[in-house]
This record gives sequence, structure tokens and C-alpha cells, in this order.
Amino acid sequence: MADKSITVALAGNPNSGKSTIFSNLTGSRQKIGNWPGVTVEKKEGRLSAYGYDLTIVDLPGTYSLTAYTVEEIVARNFILDEQPDVVVAVIDASNLERNLYLATQLRELDTKVIFVLNMADMIEQRGLKIDGEKLSELLDVPVVFTVGNVNKGTQKLLSAIVSIAETGTKVEPVRKVHYGKDIEKCIDEVSAIIEEKMSYRPYTDIRWVAIKLLEDDKVIKDRLKYIDPSAAELVFAEVATRRDRLRGLFDDEPEIVMTDYRYGFVAGVVKEVVKTISEHRADMSRRLDQVLTNRLLGIPVFVFFIWAMFQITFTVGAYPMDWIEGAVGWLSRQVSYLLPSGIVEGLIVDGIIAGVGSVAVFFPNILILFFCIAIFEDTGYMARAAFLMDKVMHLIGLHGKSFIPLLMGFGCNVPAIMATRTLESHKDRVLTILINPLMSCSARLPVYVLLAGAFFGGKAGNVIFSVYFLGIVLAILVGRLFRSTLLRGEVAPFVMELPPYRVPMLKSLLIHMWDRAKIFLKKMGGVILVGSVVVWALSTYPRTVDYSVNYEARINRMENRYELMMRQLPPSARDALRQERDQRISALEAQKARETVEKSYMGRMGKTLAPILEPIGIDWRGTVAVISGFVAKEIVVSTMGVLYAVGGDEVKRGEALKSALRKSMTPLSAYAMMVFVLIYVPCLATVAVIRRETNSWKWALFSMGYSTALAWVVAFAIYQGGKFIGLG
Amino acid sequence: MKLSELKQGQSATVVRVGGNGAFRRRLLEMGFLRGTDIYVEKYAPLRDPIELILKGYHVSLRVEEAAQVEIENPRTGGAP
Repeated sequence: MADKSITVALAGNPNSGKSTIFSNLTGSRQKIGNWPGVTVEKKEGRLSAYGYDLTIVDLPGTYSLTAYTVEEIVARNFILDEQPDVVVAVIDASNLERNLYLATQLRELDTKVIFVLNMADMIEQRGLKIDGEKLSELLDVPVVFTVGNVNKGTQKLLSAIVSIAETGTKVEPVRKVHYGKDIEKCIDEVSAIIEEKMSYRPYTDIRWVAIKLLEDDKVIKDRLKYIDPSAAELVFAEVATRRDRLRGLFDDEPEIVMTDYRYGFVAGVVKEVVKTISEHRADMSRRLDQVLTNRLLGIPVFVFFIWAMFQITFTVGAYPMDWIEGAVGWLSRQVSYLLPSGIVEGLIVDGIIAGVGSVAVFFPNILILFFCIAIFEDTGYMARAAFLMDKVMHLIGLHGKSFIPLLMGFGCNVPAIMATRTLESHKDRVLTILINPLMSCSARLPVYVLLAGAFFGGKAGNVIFSVYFLGIVLAILVGRLFRSTLLRGEVAPFVMELPPYRVPMLKSLLIHMWDRAKIFLKKMGGVILVGSVVVWALSTYPRTVDYSVNYEARINRMENRYELMMRQLPPSARDALRQERDQRISALEAQKARETVEKSYMGRMGKTLAPILEPIGIDWRGTVAVISGFVAKEIVVSTMGVLYAVGGDEVKRGEALKSALRKSMTPLSAYAMMVFVLIYVPCLATVAVIRRETNSWKWALFSMGYSTALAWVVAFAIYQGGKFIGLG
Repeated sequence: MKLSELKQGQSATVVRVGGNGAFRRRLLEMGFLRGTDIYVEKYAPLRDPIELILKGYHVSLRVEEAAQVEIENPRTGGAP
């Protein structure tokens, strides 16, 4: 155990290879959480080196340190408030100018900075040469070259971190950005005013605060106002007159002019340190894009990749899915065998194992899906997918990047909602999450297959397709509605970097995949477990039911009667009789099960709520079924099976259920029910993930409420409208 | 002239970025400064957005956003 500790913050542009540097430094010892109050992911890792305990914090990737996006505010506040010992600016060396823009902003903060020129191998490929010593000298900052994806330069970086942390005093920048005569004069004046008026200052670097005030930085203004409102007002008034003066001088907003100066400074540095050594460049990435985003081929290739992703997910995933199903079945048989039948056995087998098991079977699919998504992300293809689909998504007021999460929703909404983490804008994320359940997930398919199979025969396929299509249309309408009401505001500018393609690192793919899969596992142990137990209890209690018939006695009598009849026959003729007996007994048992559920709390709930669903053609049995479907949509089918009291083996049960349904429903009411199941409340797992990913119960509850209301309205329109024009 | 009026394979020089504050600032931070050369690499298959090359990297903008960027000296070629 080392006694000295250093906190290191990693900052850099998106796509600068920051996460790779982070993994190289910390290995797998990382902790993933959220930054307090926002849904931006926070990664932290620890390691020991040179007698120090190092805590590495991976800041969100940003292009700048202004206060326009949540990520920028989070990153800047961490550096200002937590005062890490060292800030490492990760710079994509092959894209020096734009990356240095952020790095110089970091340099302007009152903190120790190291520049890491990552992807150093790309520099030569681009026919360039960067003079690291010159850069270090010009900006008075240590410079380290690394190649993240082959783990080169990590040790050098570590020793640079430790040695700069050991120097007691903060390095005073030799060169700061010079903003030109007029602006510099204002900076000096504002600095003097701050020094005079504000006795307590949250930041030590007054020049920096003056610059931020001249840029009208909201976060800094709020902070000053909070600390000393009256002094802040005085300072702000002085700043405002100077902003007016600058606006008049430059005929533009001061912050824009200052951005210009900063870039000018960066361009000067780049000119001094970068040399072009050859005009010849091998730009593989650009050539690849001539196919992958080609006007004719781009979309077909994209569709193929998506198709392949689903194929792999569901075909390869089917094997481990079978194993898990087998294991769950084996486990419940073992438990039934070991425990005396009764309430504890019921709780464990029908409540816990069945409930958690029904979600656990999706785990392999989720792992594979996330692995594919990680490949898309790490190679840089995700940005191309957004580029290709943006026009389509823009119809709903969404960013192109929302396409993949929505598409994944057809598999399972849970990983799909987790995949919205790739979206930068919070509003885009919430909107994508809210409309995601309208993408009909695979768990709803068994319900459609049952109902469409029972009522539409050969047209079942088209009918099911129409339900999926309805979901998409509703998603567009609802998306547009929410965009113009609840989630109004400026549509985030599309401005998206298309980074060069890169060969992904297996290690980082696995880390990405596992980070998300872990969330899914944790959820299974929590919400799903509790929810399954609750639904089981509702459909099991009260235990003492007044049965209309004494089933036990009837079954006993029947067994005795058949026993007698069989004795009178020769052994060879007994088989037919035995079969007949078994069938009649299982019919009785099914009737008993039906009555148990009917008289359980769940059944009573269904009967109480049935009047609400009656106008959309769903009777009390359907009501109970859709309530139980809250745990997982496919349970609707098994609950219907119980309530229509169909016995026998699997195949026969399916057919018996269909003919029983035909007696109590019409094609129209069946279609209304399919539509209702498509839209109504997302399953428990989805609600839990919505809560987690939006970081608010408000959105989770809203999602439950709006979807159920919408489901009722649409199903009502279909059922009553259909009846009106004489269908059903 | 607007950036959105350029065709694939043309380049031009930035004069000024219009639009609201956050958008302007964002574009400037990404390097859309006066005097910067921009090359139109391609339009997406559905004609929107546009892929551009500037300062040695690739970036995409929606057509409506590119319409906010004023340019001069349009010329064919000039691929970086």
C-alpha cells in the first residue's frame, strides 16, 4: 500500500483514443458510474506506480471547454472543483490543429497539464512529422507520444505523470493565448475589477475568470452570483459595457472573436511544429468510405450489416439460449423434487426461477448484440450509420445516431435503451427512449402469433406485419408530438466528426460489451426478481379458495372408477382407457388452475379493471393476461392458456387455446388486443432500464402512463371503428 | 454564396458562419473559421447530410446547417 496518492484526469476530443489510453493505464480495474445529477458516464480506475496510488478519471470527450453541452460542463467542473493533481490532454496527433484547440483551453486553466500525442503511428502515414520538443518548449508543457492501440508509450506517460505531480509548484504557462490589444485591455480591466470587488473568489486564476465573463459563460456567472450576489452584479455590469464595446469594435460577439484568436494561436503553433515530409498519403479510410457511404452502395451495405447483426444475435444466440432454458428447467425440477410442494416451493419455482429465468434467457442475445454495437463504435462505423440515416431520423426531429437503438428495439427494448448512451444530446436520448417500446420486441411476437393464428389463418403474416408497421408509424407521430411539446428546444446541430476507420482492439470490445451487460445482470437480480415475486403472489393468493367444485374429490373418484374399469379388461386393452383417464384428469386440473387464478387477487383485479378494457373488446381474461404481461410480454400467452383452462401437452394446448379463443373473441377484438399489447405499458425490465438510463422515475412513470393511454385510444378507435363499419 | 450550394468535389473558403450562438460557436470550435478551406467530399445517399473535409479531418453537416456557412471563391477540385 503506497502512502501517496495522485488524481489524474484524462481529457480530450471524442475519437482521440482517450478510452484506449484509459484502459492501457488501468487495465480492467475500472469503476463505471454516472456523474452526479447527469446521465453522462463516469469512468474511474486505479493503479499503483512509482510508490504512488493513482486514481485515473476519464472525463467525457469534448471538443471545447465552453459551457454549451453537459459533457463540457462536467469535464470543466471536475478540473475546477476537484482540482486533480494532473490533467492529461489526449491529442489525436493525426488531427493536431483541432485537438490542440481543446488542449490549449486546458492549458489556460490553472492546473498541471501533460500533452499526450496519441496515434503517433498515424502521423507518418499521413506524411507528417511533429516536433514534440518544440511543442513542449512553445507551450511549456511535457509532451509524450503514444500509440494507444498497441499500448506503446504507456510507461513513459506514467513516469511523466508522477514526475510532474512531484514538482510542488504549478507550472506557470510561459505562453498564453494573446487575444489582441483591445480584448487584452478588457481582460486586464475586468481582472482588476474582480480583484477589487470580490473578496472571496472561487477560482484562483483571475485572468481566466475575466476571460470567461467576457465570453458570457453562464456556468461561471451563476457560480459568482451564488457566492456573492451583490458584488457579482457590479462586476457583471462592468463586463456588459466592455462586451458592448467589443461588439461594436469587431462587429461580432466577443466569444466568437476570442474563439478566432484561440484558433489563430493554435494555427501558429501547428505551423511551427508540423512538417510535411511527403505529399504521398495512403488514406485507406477515405477509400473505404467511397464504398461504405457510397451513394448507391451505402444503404444496401448498411442494411446488410444490420441484417448480419440480427442474424448473429439470434442464430448464434439461440444455442446458449437453449442451454440456459435447459438449465432453468433442470433447476426448477430439482427444487420441486427437493422441497415439499407448497408455498415455499411455489415461490421459488414459479415465482423466482420462472420469472428471472424468463429474462436470463435473453442474456446471450444481449451479450452478442452489445459486442456487435461495440464493433460498430470502435471501428468508427457508427458515425457512418448516423450519416446514412440522418435524413430519415430527422423526420422525427432526431439525430441519425438514434437509428441503431430504435432498430435494436425490434430485438429487445432493454439493450436498445441502453444503446442510447451513444447519443450526446439529453433530449434526443429521452425521446429515443420514450418511443423505443413502440418498436415491437421479440417477446411480443408469441402473442401476435397466437391471436393472428387463431383468427386470420393464411393472412396471419400480413396481419402481424401490419402491427409492426403500426408501431413504426406511431413512433414517428409520437416522436414528432413529443419533439414539439415535451422535449422542445433547439435541435442539436448535427456537426459530427467522421473519424478515420480503425481496427478495433479485442480487449476494448470486450470491456465495452461487459460494461453494459453488467447493468443488465444487476437489474435481473433486483427489479425483475421483485416484480416476478409480486406477480406470482398476486396470482397465487389467497391460498384458500372456495372452489365451485371439489376437484380433489372428483379426481380421486375418477381415478378409482377407471381403476375398476381397467381391472375388468385384459392388459392389452387398458392403454386406451388409461389415456382417456389422463385426459379427463388433466382437464379437471386445468379447470382448477383456471379457478385458482380467477379467484386470486390477480383475477379479482382483472375483473375489476375489465370494464375499462371492455370498450376495446378485451374481456376479464384478456385483462388478467395483459396485467400479467407487465413482467414479460410473452407471459400474456401462458396466462391466456391458464384462464381458458386448456390442458394436455404443448401442441394440443396451443390448438385448444385457439379454438377456445375463437368462441369468445372476434377477429376484430383479437386485432384490437394485438394492437393493445403492441403499445401498452413497457415490460418491467424496460421500465427499470428507462428509470436507470434517464436517471428519473418521472420519465419511467411517464412512459408507462402515456403508452397505456395511447394503447387504449388506438385500440378503441380500431375496435369501435371496426364495429361501426360492420366488421367483427 | 452558401456552403450548401457546392457540389461534390468542389471546395471553397469560409467567409462567415451565421445562425444562432450555440451553433456558430460549435462550428467555430470545429474549425469553420474565416479563411479556412473546405472541400465537399460527398453528399449522403439521401442527399443529406454533407461530408466535408477541413483542417485534415472529415466532418458532416446537414444541408440546412451548411446553408448558414457563407463561402467565397468556389472552385472545382482542391481535394486535400
